[in-house]
This record gives sequence, C-alpha cells and structure tokens, in this order.
Amino acid sequence: MIVPFSHVLILAGLLFFMGAACTVARRNVLMILIGVEIMLNAAGLAFVGASLKWGYLDGQAFVIFIMAVAAAEVAVGLALIVYCHRRTGSVNADHFSLLKG
Amino acid sequence: MMTLLGAIFYLLAGITLIATALAITRRQLVHAVVYLTVSFFSLAPIFYLLGAPFLALLEIIIYAGAIMILFLFIIMMLRLPPSGQTLAVHARQWWPAIILASISLVITIWFFLNDPLGQLPLAPAMATPKSFGLFLFHAYWFPVEIASVILFVALVGALYLGRREKNPDQAATEERT
Repeated sequence: MIVPFSHVLILAGLLFFMGAACTVARRNVLMILIGVEIMLNAAGLAFVGASLKWGYLDGQAFVIFIMAVAAAEVAVGLALIVYCHRRTGSVNADHFSLLKG
Repeated sequence: MMTLLGAIFYLLAGITLIATALAITRRQLVHAVVYLTVSFFSLAPIFYLLGAPFLALLEIIIYAGAIMILFLFIIMMLRLPPSGQTLAVHARQWWPAIILASISLVITIWFFLNDPLGQLPLAPAMATPKSFGLFLFHAYWFPVEIASVILFVALVGALYLGRREKNPDQAATEERT
C-alpha cells in the first residue's frame, strides 16, 4: 500500500500552481518558460498516478507525449528567446514592446 | 499506519516541493535551474513508486538531463547582466499571482479530499518497460508518429529562428564600397 490517490493529486496540484504563479509573476522570459515546464511536469505526475489507480497504461503513454511536447516547446521557446535577445538586448518581457505605439 | 513506501513518497514529495519553491523564487537564473534539476531528480523516484520505471528514467534523461542543460547553455550564452529588480517591484508582481494560485489551490485540494474514491491507498503495481513499450506501439503508434512530426517541426523552427541574420551596418558598408 502506498498513499491515497488524493495525496498524489494534491502534490501535482501544488506543483502546478507553483508553476502557474512563477509564469504569472516573473518578468524574465526564461523563468516564464521554467514555470511552463513545472506545469507540464505536474500534469505528467497526475497522469502517472491516475494510471496506477485505474490500472490502465494509457496514462503513462500520455506522459511520453507530454515529454515530447515539452521538449519541442523548450526548443522553440529558447530559440525565440535568443532571437528576441538579439533584437532588443534584454530577456525582460516588459522590453518586448516593439508593436506598442 | 504509514508504510515504508508511503514514508518514501512523502519525503520525496517534500523535497520536490521545497526545491520547486526555491527554484521559482531565485533571482539568479542558474540557481533556479539547478534547484529545478533537484526537483526533477526527486520526482523521478515518485514516478518509480507509482509504477512507471521507464518514465522515471525518461524524467531524468529528458527533463533533468536534456531540457535543463539546454536552459543552462542558453543562460550562459546570452551573458545576461545581473537583474536590477528592486524588492518592491518583486512583491507587487508576486502578490496577485500568490493570491490567485492559492484560491484555485484551496478549491482543488478541497475537491480532492472530498472524493471518497481517492482516499483508498493505491496498491503497488509495476509496468515493466517491455510491456509499456508493447502497449505504446500497439495502441498509440499513430500519436507516436505525430509526436515525431512535432519534434521535427520544432527542430526546423529552432534552426530557422536561430540562424544568424546579416548585420544591417555591415550590409550598408558593403553596399557603399
């Protein structure tokens, strides 16, 4: 016997909202990306716990796809950050205001 | 009442939460990335406890290995100046985020704790990598192909964004000569 399923979900929820708070509060683009990573990871944890609870492997299969999406998102996101840093010389999200009149 | 596996779970959960909380509040980006690596390393045994040894290894290889190293490379490559954010600005950004996140969190935890089905302890089970791989390529072979296309598109997009543009000043001087 391990732990109740609700405790796994609570851990995943805590991690998810930490990532969400990081994404909302930080102005550094790299920290925003890190917050998105934490949220994706928390979703994966909830999937694995649900997979154990109901005895289906589908949950674990979806974690593979979450990891693929996370890897793709980080590759494109970091390339975008490098591009924006080349244009504006900053990684602060407030400085990316070229379209502002 | 608490079994050994349960104690290990709570210990790892505590390490994960503390490391993540430290990671999202650091001002130095490198510190944040290293704390996040600690968080992923302690989350991997939780995946193992929940019956997913293959995913636990992938967690270490992909998240702690590949993605965090990519972050470190970019942070070191950009040579960022030290952030001059004052503490007052910091607090003003954090309060709305903390308030909104904790309201959502309290409601979510209330739902989880009131679910009678969720109170039963989980029975340990283990999906071997072999059975997991057979299942994945039997039931989900098409999404695996789609995921490979997504990764390919991301590769092409990253290459396109990362190519070096011709410097405008240099181009102007070349035109003049």
